[in-house]
Amino acid sequence: MCGIVGLLVRNPKMRDSIGELMLPMLIGMTERGPDSAGMAMFGAPVAADARKFSLYAGVEDFNWTKLGHDFEKHLNAKAKVEPKSNHAVLTTTLEPETVKIWLKEHYPQLHLLSVGQLMDIYKDVGTPAQVAARYDFKNFKGTHLVGHTRMATESAITPAHAHPFTAGEDWCLVHNGSLSNANSLRRKLQFEGIEFETDNDTEAACRFLQWRMREGDDLKTALNHGFEELDGFYTLLMGTSTELALVRDPYGCKPAIIAEHDDYVAIASEFRSLAHLPDIKNAKVFEPSPKEMYVWKL
Amino acid sequence: METLKFDLDTKPLREVNQFLHGDAGSLNGKKIVIENPNGAHNVAVGLKADVDVTIKGHAGYYAAGMNQVAKVTIEGSAGSGVAENMMSGVVHVKGFASNAAGATANGGLLIIDGDAGLRCGIALKGADIVVGGSVGSFSAFMAQAGNFVILGDAGEGLGDSIYEAKLFVRGTVKSLGADCEEKTMNAEDKQILADLLKKSGHADVSPDSFKQYGSARTLYHFHVDNAGAY
Repeated sequence: MCGIVGLLVRNPKMRDSIGELMLPMLIGMTERGPDSAGMAMFGAPVAADARKFSLYAGVEDFNWTKLGHDFEKHLNAKAKVEPKSNHAVLTTTLEPETVKIWLKEHYPQLHLLSVGQLMDIYKDVGTPAQVAARYDFKNFKGTHLVGHTRMATESAITPAHAHPFTAGEDWCLVHNGSLSNANSLRRKLQFEGIEFETDNDTEAACRFLQWRMREGDDLKTALNHGFEELDGFYTLLMGTSTELALVRDPYGCKPAIIAEHDDYVAIASEFRSLAHLPDIKNAKVFEPSPKEMYVWKL
Repeated sequence: METLKFDLDTKPLREVNQFLHGDAGSLNGKKIVIENPNGAHNVAVGLKADVDVTIKGHAGYYAAGMNQVAKVTIEGSAGSGVAENMMSGVVHVKGFASNAAGATANGGLLIIDGDAGLRCGIALKGADIVVGGSVGSFSAFMAQAGNFVILGDAGEGLGDSIYEAKLFVRGTVKSLGADCEEKTMNAEDKQILADLLKKSGHADVSPDSFKQYGSARTLYHFHVDNAGAY
């Protein structure tokens, strides 16, 4: 099992409270995923020439101030480091490749969770309520988000194995289900020069889509290739800078339910995560069909 | 009729279900309303008394599962496995139902006003199911007995490996499963269909607008031509 949640707020007045709206959604999926949780939050963009790097340290007492100083000293460029427990968001105008190489060389113990102009990622082990409290999910502000609660079935319970995964800037994916051909997919993609961080099956799906899009597919075409090549059960929820997208496997093995309202679009594995949303009685609630792609734009 | 109200916002589901599992003699004839189900699983499962239960909202998984005698109405949608293994009584979903609605149901009537998900009526063992909308793929898989009426369309692989259940579809069937074929509707079948349409609030729909499907019975016995496969 696992739980997925997604929320896209259409009403600009409600965007400052997206965290509060989301929190019961995520906690509502605790029974489906009690061992880890994660959230990709799309907030206000950084300056046009800058990018945000979501970093995970794994230890509580990581010296983020020193990292900021080292970065500025070594690279002779400004960096803003905003720590939140054992995560931090580093903002800089340097090229992502330069930052990645520098991080690998000087701070190999850090995990780079995401790169983008809008998206921050927080993920960790613990119950959804614990993880949400650790990173103050409740006070998130922004336009849309993608969250996950994990019940690990095929790989270890570590922060790196938690969802969301990313496959490009401001692009993330969460997964409910399991893939039986993740290992062969990984071998195939590594041959194509795609790098992996974990042995997680969801990462294999994520890197598959990343590879297809690198080869020129748009998301829809990439997902159509996915229907042919991903063997297993999946509901996938993806977030980009301007949209949320959802697919279920052709056998509809894993659930999803959608509530479309004038003020928001909410997606969850089960209705109990949608029940508290404002004016849910007047939302259009439906189950997405298998093998069909649903996209909601801001 | 006495009406009792339970609010799942304040009352634990287990207490409500335990009340409903009380002595049938004292429960018979009671009308029960369950408010704020909010997608909770296992609401009103395992009922054995002649009660009339209304669930005011969306139910989660296995709502009214294993139902006997009782009438359960869900005023919203139902999650996976609604009325699974029902033995008798009536379960009425006014919204849509998720996967495996009415799975293995032995008896009684399941009415779904909206669409049903995949594998609706899988391994049906004698209950009647009427779906006002369409059903997803692999519905009536290995259905053994009972009648299954679909006013909308059916997805892929309808009635795969079906035994003696009768399927009536008004819309289009995307594909039939192995050993499922169209049948000629005889007078007796038409009467069954007409009765079910009437019972499920579709009296205005003509039985003549349906096609019937059932087993071609080619999988019932071992075929010697397949011996080489073993």
